[in-house]
Amino acid sequence: MKNRSLVSIDDFSKDEIIRILDRAAEFEAQPVQKLLEGKVIATLFFEPSTRTRLSFESAINRLGGKIVGFADSASSSVTKGETLHDTIRMVNSYCDLIVMRHPYEGSARYASEIASVPVINAGDGANQHPTQTLLDLYSIRKTQGTLDNLNIFMVGDLKYGRTVHSLLMAMARWNTTFNFISPEELRMPDEFKLYLDSSGLKYYEHLDFSEIISKADIIYMTRVQRERFSDPIEYEKVKNVYVLRNAMLGNTKPTMKILHPLPRVNEIHTDVDSNPKAYYFEQALNGVFTRQAILCNLLGIN
Amino acid sequence: MKETKQLVVSAIQNGTVIDHVPARNLFKVIQILGLDHIENQITFGTNLESKKLGKKAIIKISDRFFEDDDINRIALVAPQAKLNIIRDYEVVEKKVVEVPDQITGIAKCMNPKCITNFENVVTRFRVVSKKNVALKCHYCEKITNQENLQIK
Repeated sequence: MKNRSLVSIDDFSKDEIIRILDRAAEFEAQPVQKLLEGKVIATLFFEPSTRTRLSFESAINRLGGKIVGFADSASSSVTKGETLHDTIRMVNSYCDLIVMRHPYEGSARYASEIASVPVINAGDGANQHPTQTLLDLYSIRKTQGTLDNLNIFMVGDLKYGRTVHSLLMAMARWNTTFNFISPEELRMPDEFKLYLDSSGLKYYEHLDFSEIISKADIIYMTRVQRERFSDPIEYEKVKNVYVLRNAMLGNTKPTMKILHPLPRVNEIHTDVDSNPKAYYFEQALNGVFTRQAILCNLLGIN
Repeated sequence: MKETKQLVVSAIQNGTVIDHVPARNLFKVIQILGLDHIENQITFGTNLESKKLGKKAIIKISDRFFEDDDINRIALVAPQAKLNIIRDYEVVEKKVVEVPDQITGIAKCMNPKCITNFENVVTRFRVVSKKNVALKCHYCEKITNQENLQIK
């Protein structure tokens, strides 16, 4: 059988997702398990991403694996004009698994077809970033005790935000209610709303934080970036509407948690950080456990 | 007045006639079927009157018969094409083309950031809509629709 890869969150069934989350919980209880002893993992970052790379490398180190790779394409043979095809063919023979981030969309699927070892997509342009989605699911389940029947608020750039799209597709497998809060120009694209319609799930759209924030189980914040606006005046008008402040959290559920894929700029005011409802830094830590679980799953190690 | 039907492109003895090709896509059909690389006798007419298409093209290929899988590849550019299989100057079979469920190696992904537009990758699409053709790229997962469709 061809080795299993993780390119898109759709590659894993609901049961497989649950298995990975359960395994991640075991790694949280016991982070150091030398299950990758003697294994070599390649981390190929054709585009820099410090956060994701460190999280993977931390996960690999805690599992006792060794790392080869590069942190940006300037220090790789890409600068000599080597194709992705050839780089993957070469690296494939040096390692047991490839973790890859690449600026072109679809590059991870392509790499998974060239490689004989498993490939983990650590982000292919604006397309997919499935390990982020799995760590988001882990954080949601850990804080809420379940993934069923939750009310998820997604805030900010819902048009271009890769993480919210993947999270939406994943959470649609559970009976989730969605609330979308975004400026007009950055609304959730129709294809995702049609998907929710066809799944029989409820969603509501808002232009600002409304009274119903008190219903939220999870508030998932994203960055509203200036360069996404065709009209800079529009950006100036909305830039402060999508900032979460501590004063706004008074009426929210005691179990509500705020997530953010990080890095944040100003969309979560620092006065929120000390609120126990702020969960984004723990969320980042959960990424290490989740990635440990994914690495072991794809290598068939239990 | 009696309508007379005139044969603009001469008849063939054996082979395949592809009719109702939109005139503007004639050369795309030729390219997709690789007709520019074969030795068979081929005659074609283009910018012919058609009630359905406005301007249509017709291609007659002597001594050549196509598998359904091959011929369905032209469905993207000639969805209404009709095939007549000719043996000894007689039409022995008529076929229509069908848009297949998968398209391999014909269409170009419209996403400028798709890996298939940077490296020598054979494109692959899942057909998500056949009526107004919409193709979902196997690689970048973006949709290419009829208006943006380009043949590689």
